[in-house]
Amino acid sequence: MTAALRLLSAGPGVTVQDGGRHGFLRYGVTGAGPMDPFAHAIANRALGNRADAAAIEVSLGGLELTVEGAPVTIAVAGGDFQIVLDGQALPPAVVARLEPGARLKLRAGPAGVWCYLAVAGGLALPQVLGSGATHARTGMGGLEGRMLQAGDRLPVGMATTGDTPAGVIVAPPLERPAGTIRVLLGPQDDYFAADQITAFLAGPWTVSARGDRMACFLEGERLSHKLGFNIPSDGVAMGAIQVPGEGQPIVLMADRQSTGGYPKIATVIGADLGRLAQARPGTQLAFRAVSHAQAVQARAEEHAFLTSPIAIEPLTRSLFSSEFLLGLNLVDGWVDARRRS
Amino acid sequence: MSRDQGARPLFLDAGEAALVVEFGRSVDPAISDRVLALDAALAAAPPEGLRELVPTYRSLMIHYDPLRLDRARLVALVEERLAEPATPGRTAALWMLPCCYEAPHGEDLAELAGLMGLAASEAAAIHAAASYRVYMYGFSPGFTYLGGLPEAIAISRRTRPRPPHESKAVLVGGGLSAIASFSMPTGWYVVGRTPERLYAPERANAFLFEPGDSLRFEPIDATTFAMLDARAEAGEIVARRQAP
Repeated sequence: MTAALRLLSAGPGVTVQDGGRHGFLRYGVTGAGPMDPFAHAIANRALGNRADAAAIEVSLGGLELTVEGAPVTIAVAGGDFQIVLDGQALPPAVVARLEPGARLKLRAGPAGVWCYLAVAGGLALPQVLGSGATHARTGMGGLEGRMLQAGDRLPVGMATTGDTPAGVIVAPPLERPAGTIRVLLGPQDDYFAADQITAFLAGPWTVSARGDRMACFLEGERLSHKLGFNIPSDGVAMGAIQVPGEGQPIVLMADRQSTGGYPKIATVIGADLGRLAQARPGTQLAFRAVSHAQAVQARAEEHAFLTSPIAIEPLTRSLFSSEFLLGLNLVDGWVDARRRS
Repeated sequence: MSRDQGARPLFLDAGEAALVVEFGRSVDPAISDRVLALDAALAAAPPEGLRELVPTYRSLMIHYDPLRLDRARLVALVEERLAEPATPGRTAALWMLPCCYEAPHGEDLAELAGLMGLAASEAAAIHAAASYRVYMYGFSPGFTYLGGLPEAIAISRRTRPRPPHESKAVLVGGGLSAIASFSMPTGWYVVGRTPERLYAPERANAFLFEPGDSLRFEPIDATTFAMLDARAEAGEIVARRQAP
């Protein structure tokens, strides 16, 4: 019997994301993929899936679903979300078995912006240009190229409940304070005088409510350019920090355009992209310049964690009793400030 | 400034997993040729760990996995390839692309013509008479940046974007021409529309043009547009590829 997830509600900005669409940047096609690639990979790896398997990326708007057809095993990892399965609160990084008819609720918790719901066997959705990643702006990938909504049915790849026992995913804290984000300067840092580079690194920068999957907007003291702010368009990597004319940095994220025409003062290192993505509007942060070797070292540490077995500890039921649940403030009316621009 | 267009390009990091090889800072066919030659040389024999190559006006962005391909080794490899005689890449094609400048397709043609002191028909004739170079894609799938726009219609971009245009719009702005696959708000002027799909994910070659190709617009009337549009919708390629 084919198992499927049936969505009962989905806030704005909930999409299907796999490891991203690769090989078509040269034709203007953005990679898309998860905003927090580390959390996305952990959710998949906890189930024995490929790290880049398709999973649901849940936004601050939250998600509620039920299971149809056959039991499934799911894993959730990412920001500090509130997870409730049939009235029972679960910890924010968890593997659980869902019987048909079970109701799973994910709601924004005290911190974090994105969390990932992976399912053993993966989601069975058609691929576009080799990937199931949703790029809603161009209507590509995922389910009909759009954000998910109530009523959607997502078939599960291979009807398997997986071998993974239910339990708590033992991972480095996924809820990491933004604090200082590491960057490599460039590729156009020479468009800025030395004092402007210093001001950029020191911040403090405040994460604006304007952000979405395309970009994280920062607010702070205006930066000025030494060489103007128009450059012939060149390639843009995820994490590129461009500074347009008004001097407020914009960090380009998973759904960014493939090329851009503003000077890029620095680029967030791969290991810190997820931490930046999880910073809520209003969060203050600063940047620290590191060397290429340091950035590669941080990347290698994440890679080593993801390629070794992920430990699952048994759930201590008493910790998550209904009394505990009642003690939580399960806010139902989250409004997603991260609207599409 | 410090970045001239000498023989040796600049190697700039865009994070630890992308290297920008920059040959200059202007829109120039000679710089574009060097970008595309390196693109072809690396694509012909990609080193382990190379992920994607993105040619743009004046640089090649190399996405790579730094855990499998060391930065210093990548730089050395690029320098090696640059020192070798240019790899005979693919032969650039010349495309004849149908374009309707008539109403309702050339929405902003009269406005642009007025600003440049021309009649709408003159502006269309000037646009259609030129030969363009496909420099790069960017912005959105199939958004094609062209060089070769005649000075007489080389208008700057609008200060404020206009409302969304139709898909497959032929655009002029910022001294360039471009073709957009998707409907979107734009600071460019919509001078015409092509029935051809520059991005068709279901087609074997989802993207028709390669950077380095040449392009000429073939004016068609609105009736012909409707006919070709239906054929393109059915999967036919309506642009004609000519031997260069």
